[in-house]
Amino acid sequence: MQEITGLFKIAEILRGILGHFLPDPQLVDICMSLINIGAIFTIISLTAVVLVYTERKVSAFMQRRSGPNRVGPGGTLQSVADMIKLMAKEDIMPAGADKWMWILAPILLFIPAAAVFVVFPFDNKAIFADLNIGIFYFIAMSSQSVLPFLMAGWASNNKYSLVGGMRTVAQMLSYEVPMVLSILGIVMLAGSMRMSTIVAAQQHTWFIVLQPIAFVVYVITATAEINRAPFDLVEGESEIVAGPFTEYTGMRWALFFLAEYANLLAVSVIATTLFLGGWNGPWLPGWVWFFLKVGGMIFLFMWFRWTFPRLRIDQLMSFGWKVLLPLALLNIIVTGIGMYIYEFFS
Amino acid sequence: MLLDFGNVGMLLLVALVFPLLALGTAFFIRPRPRQHGIEKSLPYECGVDTVGETWVQFRASYFLYALVFVAFDIETVFLYLWAIKFQELGKFAFIEMFIFLNILLVGLGYAWKKGALEWK
Repeated sequence: MQEITGLFKIAEILRGILGHFLPDPQLVDICMSLINIGAIFTIISLTAVVLVYTERKVSAFMQRRSGPNRVGPGGTLQSVADMIKLMAKEDIMPAGADKWMWILAPILLFIPAAAVFVVFPFDNKAIFADLNIGIFYFIAMSSQSVLPFLMAGWASNNKYSLVGGMRTVAQMLSYEVPMVLSILGIVMLAGSMRMSTIVAAQQHTWFIVLQPIAFVVYVITATAEINRAPFDLVEGESEIVAGPFTEYTGMRWALFFLAEYANLLAVSVIATTLFLGGWNGPWLPGWVWFFLKVGGMIFLFMWFRWTFPRLRIDQLMSFGWKVLLPLALLNIIVTGIGMYIYEFFS
Repeated sequence: MLLDFGNVGMLLLVALVFPLLALGTAFFIRPRPRQHGIEKSLPYECGVDTVGETWVQFRASYFLYALVFVAFDIETVFLYLWAIKFQELGKFAFIEMFIFLNILLVGLGYAWKKGALEWK
């Protein structure tokens, strides 16, 4: 039994304090759940604010510019100013839009983006709901974001939006298949879909060592799933303005943005948990390791954006179906044979 | 386990309320001009007036990809159950892997040959 440390200890202390005031242990459970939910939503909101600033600074760094540097020390308050600006923007609905679908799309997009945070193991035992179908829940939830994109594209009564919405569906569906198959190798090795078991299985060897092909396939497909460059055909500024978001203003547009950055964090967390050993690491506390690895993954995704040019849609589709999918299938076969031989000899 | 799924349900509820709250706050802050012209609410298409109808018939390639996706996704769902029990089942799972993945590969090859994966 490992010693109770890190974030879980904070939770235990909070639980102890609540136990003093509340008579019923069930009430304490509910209170703890609410506190956890509050923490998750704080993380999501903060992520968007911090990542927007980071993204702008990283891209400035890569293009030898200085980036935002006016608002606050070093431009750190730039995102806060942007957020206030977005709140105070006028709300314009395009003429002839499909009203309810147009209103619902950003709200529905936010729900799956927030819901996947349930299964993230931030530290030893610091996981909101350690579901026995953990990774499967992530895949199921994250693929729900296809529909709101199509809704937004369809309802806007704008041709660019419609093209963007259709592209989203084609791209996200095509890249979901190799992504799911690349995760399959991890499930085979860990023998479980529970996140805590997968992390515990990597105590000695990170799965990136055993599954390098799966990691590469996962990173590429994850970039496509969150619609980031070089797979940003969905938004493709120079082709279709902003794709499905074209007609959205103010807070509605901010919700798309929030979901986008929450998804960026989500795929980085999943990459960390599945391939980079989660919170496992020497000397430092678990959650520090966890956030260091996640930060590294996010930096990698930002790096991609300024390294690769955008693909054409026929290249995108043929790359997904003819390269990544056979590669992911091959990875499963190799993993299966490897595991069988390993068991045979040991 | 039940408590875990209860937690998920609770978070989903909050996830529904959170954007509504954000939109509600913006509703009170944002300016509401008394009137605006018809030009303002026209669809934004780079400053050019929009021509014809937006909701037209769309190309069939998207539909073909969707069909292939459905076939593959359902097969991968079954593969997950097999993957969890791979270590315990031993030889049985090992042989089954080749049978199952062969079905997938034959399906992929068929779709490839038939030209469902070509962008035309």
